[in-house]
This record gives sequence, C-alpha cells and structure tokens, in this order.
Amino acid sequence: MTVLRTQGLSKSFGGLEAVRDVDLSVPQGQVRALIGPNGAGKTTLVGLICGRIEPSRGTVSFLDQDVTRLPVHQRIRRGMGYTFQITSVLSNLSLRENVALAVRPREKSEDVVEGEVVSALTQVGLVHRIDQHAGDLSYGHQRLLEIAMGLGQRPKLLILDEPTQGLSEGEVAAFNSLIRRLAGETTVLLIEHNMDVVMAVADEITVLDFGAVLAEGTPDEIRKNAGVQAAYLGTG
Amino acid sequence: MSDLRKTLGLHVGLLLVLLALNWLLPAYHHGNLARIMVLASYAIGYNVLFGYTGLLSLGHAMFFAAGMYGMGLTVRHLGWSPAPAVLAGVGAGLVLSLVVGFLALRTTGVAFMIVTLMFAQAVFLTVLYFGEYTRGDEGFVIQQVDRILLGIDLTDPNNRYLAALLVFAICLLATFWLVRHRFGKTIIAIRENEDRTRMLGYDVFRHKLGAVVISGSISALAGATYGLLFGYAGATFASVQYSIFPLLWVLLGGAGTILGPFVGTLFMFYLIDLSSEITTAYMLIAGVTLVLLTLFAPQGLMGEVRARLFRWLP
Ligand SMILES: Nc1ncnc2c1ncn2[C@@H]1O[C@H](COP(=O)(O)OP(=O)(O)O)[C@@H](O)[C@H]1O
Ligand SMILES: [Mg+2]
Repeated sequence: MTVLRTQGLSKSFGGLEAVRDVDLSVPQGQVRALIGPNGAGKTTLVGLICGRIEPSRGTVSFLDQDVTRLPVHQRIRRGMGYTFQITSVLSNLSLRENVALAVRPREKSEDVVEGEVVSALTQVGLVHRIDQHAGDLSYGHQRLLEIAMGLGQRPKLLILDEPTQGLSEGEVAAFNSLIRRLAGETTVLLIEHNMDVVMAVADEITVLDFGAVLAEGTPDEIRKNAGVQAAYLGTG
Repeated sequence: MSDLRKTLGLHVGLLLVLLALNWLLPAYHHGNLARIMVLASYAIGYNVLFGYTGLLSLGHAMFFAAGMYGMGLTVRHLGWSPAPAVLAGVGAGLVLSLVVGFLALRTTGVAFMIVTLMFAQAVFLTVLYFGEYTRGDEGFVIQQVDRILLGIDLTDPNNRYLAALLVFAICLLATFWLVRHRFGKTIIAIRENEDRTRMLGYDVFRHKLGAVVISGSISALAGATYGLLFGYAGATFASVQYSIFPLLWVLLGGAGTILGPFVGTLFMFYLIDLSSEITTAYMLIAGVTLVLLTLFAPQGLMGEVRARLFRWLP
C-alpha cells in the first residue's frame, strides 16, 4: 500500500519556485530519506505534505485519500507526525507534558497516556528527566524530546526534519537503531544531512535540487548516480 | 498525588479563611472584601484568556457589562427575579463572547488587542445610545426589593459577603479544575507554542474560541453579581478603564496562576485605598508601585512565588 503520494506538488514564494512538480510515492513501512543541498526545498515539501503550507499546485494523498484541502490538525489526526527542523518543544512545560500533549489526541484515558509517555521517553533515553522543564535540556536532548513527541503520536507516517542535527555520535547511533526498529510498521520520511545516517537507515532516497526531484533510488543507486554526485554528494 | 493534595488544600484553605473572615472583619474591610471577591472573579475570567491561553484582550469590560446589563435590564424592565436575571447576564456574556471570539480570533497579537478594544467600545457606545433603557452614564439603581434571592436579602452585608464568596469560590474552583484537565492543558500548550500545538493535532481555533467563551462567561457572571450585590449598573463598567483593570490585577497577581487574580485584585484595591488616605496623589504611588513590581516581580506576585518557592502551584 502507498501511504503517501504527491502529484505535481508545487509551491512558489513570490517569484521563487521552492518546490516544483514533485511526484512522490512512499510505500507502507518504508524509510524514505529526502536529501538535497540547503535551500533545495525539503522543508517546504514536507510542509506541503502535512498542511503547514498551502500548495500553489498539485495534490497530496495520504492512505489513499486526498488530503490536499484538509487543515493541519486533521491530517495529524489521520496519522501524520511531524517534528520541526528548528526545535520547538514547549520549554516551560515538563517533558512529561510535552509528550502527553502528543499522545492525547488519539488516547482518551490519562492513565494510558502516562504509560505511553514513559515508553516514548524511555525509547529516546530521557525518561529519567521526565519532570524537568523541556527548556532546561541541552539542544541535543531537545531534539530527542522532539523525536519522543513524534513517537508519542504513533503516526502512520513520521516526518523528521533533520533530527540528528546537534546530536553526539552516541546519540546518532541510538537514533539509527530507533529508526530501524520503527521501520516496517511506521513509514518514515526523513530529511537528513548526515549521509552516514541516510546510508544506514534509508530504504530509498529521494534527492531534491532546486525544488525538483533530481534522482530517486536505493542508497547504492544514489551513491553511483553521477548527477547526484555533482549536485550534492561530491561537494558534501 | 501529593501535589494535588497540597494545591487543593491551599485553595480550599483560602476559601475557608475567607469564610471565617465574614465574622471577624470590621465592617469597612468586610465590605471591601466582598467587593474584591467579585472583582477577583472578573480577574479570574480574564486570566483564563490572558494567563492561560496567552491572548491579550483589551475589551473585557464588554463581557463584564454584558453580565451586569443582562441582569440589570431584565430586573428593571421585565421584572425578573435575581436568579434568572443573573443567568440572563451570563447568557448575554456567553453569546457576546462567542460572536466576538469568532470574529476577533481571525487576528492575532496586536490586531487581536485592537479588535477587542473596538468591540468593547461598540458595546460602550451601545449602552449610551440606548440611554432610554440603560440611563447611560448615570446608570440605574437596582432596588432593594429586587435583590432578594430565594428569600435571602442580598442588601444585608452578611448575605452579600457570603454570596460574593460563593461566586468567587465557583470561579476559583472551576478554573482550578479546568487547568488540570484536557482542555486547560491544551490552551496552556497553545499559549506556549501555538504552531507546535497545531502540529500535534489540535484544532487551535476551536480551543481559543472555547477559551474566549469561558473567559467571557465568567466575566459576565462577575458583572451580573457585582450589579446585583451592590445594586447599581452604569456605563462606567463598560468603559475602557474596566478593560484595563483586570489586566493590571492579573499582571500584578501573576498571570497563569490560579490565585494570582485574587492576590492582584486585593493588592491593588488596598494599594489605592491606603495611598489615597495618605495623599491626593495616590495614583502616583499606585503607579510607582506597579512599575517597581513589574521590574522586580515580572511574573506577578504568585508567579514569583511559584518560580521561587512552590513549583507545584497551578
Ligand atoms: N516562507 C517563505 N517565504 C519565502 N521563501 C521561502 C519561505 N520558506 C522557504 N523559502 C525559500 O524556499 C527555498 C527552499 O527552502 P527550504 O524548503 O527551507 O529548503 P531546505 O529545507 O531544503 O533547506 C529557499 O530558497 C528558501 O529561502
Ligand atoms: Mg530545511
């Protein structure tokens, strides 16, 4: 089954076409990496997918339903999860409350919510800080909290925008195994600059350049692709 | 769990102290405190929107006045008895806040402040325009015979104090309950980061609208109670001054704390009361104190207490 499909998805900001005719199709359970140089339109593309940004043209369908006209919160309730590129945890609230807010929309019982909060925080290794304010965490730990919030949503499609930025080597390794564990059940759309992470976790890679899809394939195919080398890998 | 017991103990304890004060206070302060409790209920309503949802309204006097006139006009012109009249006041506030919220929430930030200010001004002018019924600036007295609720004479200081306490207790405990539950936790999240909250799957507009309606209805309850207990309705209560007061009380007492509105109202009431005994330039003393407090206790009195001493305070 195809979890996510975009057709002719485009977005212009004034004269600049940040995303241009993107046809993307991500099957159930896949980890899809989205790579490309800075300014390629990756964040804009996922913004269009989850409804933060309105498209100039094109459609988004999710679980075989057209969601192009749905507001953000309804797409999230249907099973999209999104973590921000710029950390935006709720800094004056506890880690517990941050994750609980992510769980509540799909769970009525506060006891169950609490259990899932503990489980999500355990998975990212932050459960011992559950009562601290999110703002007191280091930058890397705030990124991990973002991921825990993503997990708390139990999304069918988890969109991660540069989640490993600012993580230590050990934390990156833990992140990789976390994603591998999710794969198969959760479909993941991962924007990532760290090519080691991409090669380690991605089933398929989509390369974006100047808003358009430059190449698509398995990690091996992408590594061998001359165009990608020129546009991205060679310089990175 | 122990946090819940502590907080519940604190709030119920305050209500019991206020109850005991009914028999302990000298007449002058007894009367003041009755007034303060009703005004603090207004501040509690304001705090739901400003302190917990993070929306700064400059027009809450319209909700206070909706309650006051909803009650006052039905008593005066339709001969309603106090109970349904107060309900009419709350209903007027509810409907008004629903309409105003629906329109004003299309804007954010400064625009929201301006829009609420304009709506309140429109309500104020409406009160003046229908002077035939409202008697405009001059206002009208609600007669003693109309202020008997279920056989209880609300002009009696004792009964008046207890009625004020009852309304205050309802507002205090209702918001205490609110912020511990789903809706309350969601509006707090919206205050902290609206965009993030939306991205977690919450309908931000609907929650904000709910907050405006709860805030407006509590404010209207306070307005209706004020008119009924003190026997007067006048256009001053719809003026911009009465939109600024709750903002000051809440800022002083601590925005986003349950006890802050009461503490702020009490503090400001006595600040003006005491300084006006000393000098005619009492507004100057009040102003300087406010400036000092915002410099040294920017989170308000209860906000500082929470930040420094009791992090478990709701
Ligand atoms: N809100 C916006 N208004 C105008 N231009 C934007 C906006 N958001 C992004 N852009 C532009 O669109 C292009 C793609 O940006 P972005 O999607 O953030 O790239 P990436 O995430 O791949 O680094 C960039 O040139 C950026 O400057
Ligand atoms: Mg980006």
